[in-house]
Amino acid sequence: MSVGNSLYLVAPEIILGASGLLLLLIGAWGGFKSSRLVSILAVAALFAASAVAFEFLTNPSFADGGDAFFGQYRVDKFSALTKLLIYISAIVSIIIAPRFFENAGSRRTSAMRPEYPVLILFASVGMGMMVSAVDLMTLYIGLELNSLAAYVLASFLRNDERSAEAGLKYFVLGALASGILLFGMSLLYGFTGTTSFNGINQAFEGGLSTGALFGLIFVLAGMAFKISAVPFHMWTPDVYEGAPTPVTTFFATAPKVAALALTMRLAIEAFGSQVAAWQQIIIFIALASIVVGAAGAIGQTNIKRLLAYSSINNVGFILIGLAAANQAGASAMLVYLMIYVAMTLGSFVAVLDLRDADGNQVEEISSLAGLSKSRPALAAAMAIFMFSLAGIPPLFGFWGKFLVFEAAVKADLILLAALGIAASVIGAFYYLKVIKVMYFDEPADVVVKSDSKSHAIIIALCALFVSPLGYLLIPVLGNIADQAAAALFWAF
Amino acid sequence: MIGIEHYIVVSSILFVMGVLGIFLNRKNVIIILMAIELILLAVNINLVAFSAFLGDMVGQVFAMFVLTVAAGEAAIGLAILVIYFRGRGTIAVDDINRMKG
Repeated sequence: MSVGNSLYLVAPEIILGASGLLLLLIGAWGGFKSSRLVSILAVAALFAASAVAFEFLTNPSFADGGDAFFGQYRVDKFSALTKLLIYISAIVSIIIAPRFFENAGSRRTSAMRPEYPVLILFASVGMGMMVSAVDLMTLYIGLELNSLAAYVLASFLRNDERSAEAGLKYFVLGALASGILLFGMSLLYGFTGTTSFNGINQAFEGGLSTGALFGLIFVLAGMAFKISAVPFHMWTPDVYEGAPTPVTTFFATAPKVAALALTMRLAIEAFGSQVAAWQQIIIFIALASIVVGAAGAIGQTNIKRLLAYSSINNVGFILIGLAAANQAGASAMLVYLMIYVAMTLGSFVAVLDLRDADGNQVEEISSLAGLSKSRPALAAAMAIFMFSLAGIPPLFGFWGKFLVFEAAVKADLILLAALGIAASVIGAFYYLKVIKVMYFDEPADVVVKSDSKSHAIIIALCALFVSPLGYLLIPVLGNIADQAAAALFWAF
Repeated sequence: MIGIEHYIVVSSILFVMGVLGIFLNRKNVIIILMAIELILLAVNINLVAFSAFLGDMVGQVFAMFVLTVAAGEAAIGLAILVIYFRGRGTIAVDDINRMKG
């Protein structure tokens, strides 16, 4: 494996990293005025990286994937697909930002700074490395590259107390999670003698020593923090509420996809020969996330907090696919992830479109009352996203849930599937509450019309994707997800 | 004779001290930053000891990466702490409660 070939395989990361550094210089030189230019160039760089990822996904000559840098980094359909999802989320998060920050700044200056798109680019580099990592070292560097950018993004509105507090909380708990993960990785290294996923898998075939078991549990606990699964979810509502809404949109989609993909690769490629050791843990985490996500959301009055609990809830459903520990489960997870990204992007952009007459962001659920009269299209889109997140049949969100439950039943996890379905009924309650407020309550007349075309287009596209029309895409999505899942199970 | 077990015991003690330092401390966020640093250094002891024990260089390379990331993490943590202090005028852990629920 020559260095040239390795560099070709990491092309998406090189494009994003190099353009991130270049744009940082432009931003430093041009000051606030350059933020528009930097945003446009950052979106262009993300499109270029997506084109390369798309090439890796579709070109038959990459069907088997390839290892770069002596088995530190792998390009396969799984990493290409998840990278595409990550880049799409990053593009949307950059496009929606300028309007939000213009209103969030003081009267004279906009709070939009050229650092915002640059930080998103660096976070995307880190997430690209996470989904391609096949060695604990690449994993750690990718994860930290993403996390360090994310801590700064969470506290981006530095004059806003809530944003600074969100950044501080995210930093402390994120650093603790990285520490736990790292301690687990050092134990795995010590007791298996290698840091490569493949090597760990081979060492595990000969049995699991106590030290390695501890390592495995610590690593899974650290990953559970990053995907905000119960019992390590407590940072999620605070960070989602406090962070600026475009940043929350980003947090709820891209890093979640990356961390879930990384968890899948770790569980299957590195710990695949000791499924019994982690299956119980994943089942517990999945069920606990579904129940806590549903129960915690019920009393919420802030729509961003509600969506945070909703994301905890959805992560639980996605993990059911991992608990099945087979190819069908992994494929179901990937389909669910694609639908989840569309639903989440749509609902957060819809939240971003809610403004009062002074241009301030509206976040209280009670202020949504009568939205169906004042903004019928937005209310309809919001209703579609809520029904879809709840998994109510005619909408596409149901299909993702159906696939993970099907995989669980086929893997003889019938009790898990039954409990999951029962808990999803509890979850439906708070989604329906939002719809009830929008359609049946006395109008509060808080939200005014929005003239943002880009928001309208993004919301319309996402709503179209999760509407029943999305079922037309099932053959395409299923096929891609099957191929990506097969890439994950190459060793079996 | 000092064996690998001794190193694991020391690093585990340091790790647990770091985690307890984050959860038990109710006074000051700076102490949390110190506790995080303690956790990362515990990991480094582990990595270097295992590296010497296994006769394998990977652990030492890993330790260098961890050191670098720890420096970046401390810088970002302090920066966030400064903007937080500017807004609230305090860095006591018990006062970080604007959001609840």
